[in-house]
Amino acid sequence: MTIETLIQLDRVARSFAHGPGERLHAVRDASLSIQRGEIFGLAGKSGAGKSTLLRMINLLERPDSGRVLVDGEDLTALGKRELRTARQNIGMIFQQFNLLRNATVAENVAFPLRIHGGHSAQDVARRVADCLVLVGLEDKAGSYPARLSGGQQQRVAIARALASKPAVLLCDEPTSALDAETTRALLATLQDVNKRLDVTIVIVSHELDVLASICQRVAVIENGTIGEQFTVSDWSTPRRTALGRELAALSAQAVLAAQAAPRKELAHA
Amino acid sequence: MLEKYLSLLPELAEALAQTGTMLGIGLSVAILLGGPLGILLFLVGDGQSLQNRPLSALLGWLVNTVRSFPFIILLVSLVPFTRAIAGTSIGPLAAAVPLSVAAIPYFARLVEQNLREVPRGVIEAAHAMGASELQIVLRVLLVESRSGLVLALTVLAISFLSYSAVAGVVGGGGIGDLAIRYGYYRFETDVMFATVALLVLLVQAIQFAGNRVARRLDKR
Repeated sequence: MTIETLIQLDRVARSFAHGPGERLHAVRDASLSIQRGEIFGLAGKSGAGKSTLLRMINLLERPDSGRVLVDGEDLTALGKRELRTARQNIGMIFQQFNLLRNATVAENVAFPLRIHGGHSAQDVARRVADCLVLVGLEDKAGSYPARLSGGQQQRVAIARALASKPAVLLCDEPTSALDAETTRALLATLQDVNKRLDVTIVIVSHELDVLASICQRVAVIENGTIGEQFTVSDWSTPRRTALGRELAALSAQAVLAAQAAPRKELAHA
Repeated sequence: MLEKYLSLLPELAEALAQTGTMLGIGLSVAILLGGPLGILLFLVGDGQSLQNRPLSALLGWLVNTVRSFPFIILLVSLVPFTRAIAGTSIGPLAAAVPLSVAAIPYFARLVEQNLREVPRGVIEAAHAMGASELQIVLRVLLVESRSGLVLALTVLAISFLSYSAVAGVVGGGGIGDLAIRYGYYRFETDVMFATVALLVLLVQAIQFAGNRVARRLDKR
């Protein structure tokens, strides 16, 4: 496997107005490279800046300085219209799912295809069906989100994010509104998407066990900068941050548990 | 007694038609002009994607100013404008002009308020998928707030049913005018009761229809 950088954050910084005359520096001078095909985690305490960093990848947060490169394209240099086109290549899911509640599951998944045009009704229908099969919700196409469980709603959000065949899937606390069982099933779906479609996943979570269970590499964010970066399965290199050490312990436990009792398939919950 | 009511029927029918004309025009203008104004008010507001403080302040000031006029004063002060538009200052068509002017900012505020109820995250998700502002308005904001908008229109219709009674001052006619002219000024209490009863029925019917449509549209 060749290593190819898909996402590059180059010395990005972002601050917010915070009270009169004060500024909160959410991200300061952070650089990060994410490889094509990997599952990359951003860990950090709340307020550390991990969410802001994630949202810079599709420019939901525009950095005050620095560059954001995705798939060889400098997003910070694009005009409004070009940025909208570039965003088709970057799917995103959220803690609160953020589905249209007055639209059916199928209409939600069709949304990114319809807003960009160039797809016939047949194309859209076929793509929607494919995406729903992928997340195991083909029988819910006509349902409204209010009729679905939290886990199912997040699956619809994944199907919607994948509809335009993006290279990247950004996940902002995707399991934080879900119970433990549903979380495991959802993570299995994300891993499946990563393997089968070769979609690069960047995931922010405050739950370390989530990151330990699916990420190949993790960056720990502290005070708006990258505290350290490591490969999850590499336990030999000493960790510099407290979160890094906790993560090492968790992933060691997970491996031992997996050796003791092979985990069952949890593709559908 | 019954004979008297029967003799009143043609006049009631005419009044009903006049009220219908005034409301129909006023509500249509409110939707066509007040609706987009409300959307704009929302979009240029703090924290929204077209945030523009000066424009927001200007629009807000305009809306508040028109809304602060007591309707009868607005009606009288708009007479020259009404004449220019309707060609006359008398009759239901003329009365529809000040009604429309009052309805635009009223509905704009109601629309703005309803759009604020759309969760921020849903708008953000649409941005993340590459939707344009217009697409967000048409495919997200209006879709997600549609049942609230129907209820807003219901509130507007009922408020303006009673505003239209004031239009009698310029000979606008309508049910409310009938109640005031016959019932109140001529002390024909039974006529007043009949017209007020009709208004009560109308209001109930409008609210009932509004609630029904809103419930049907709401899948949340």
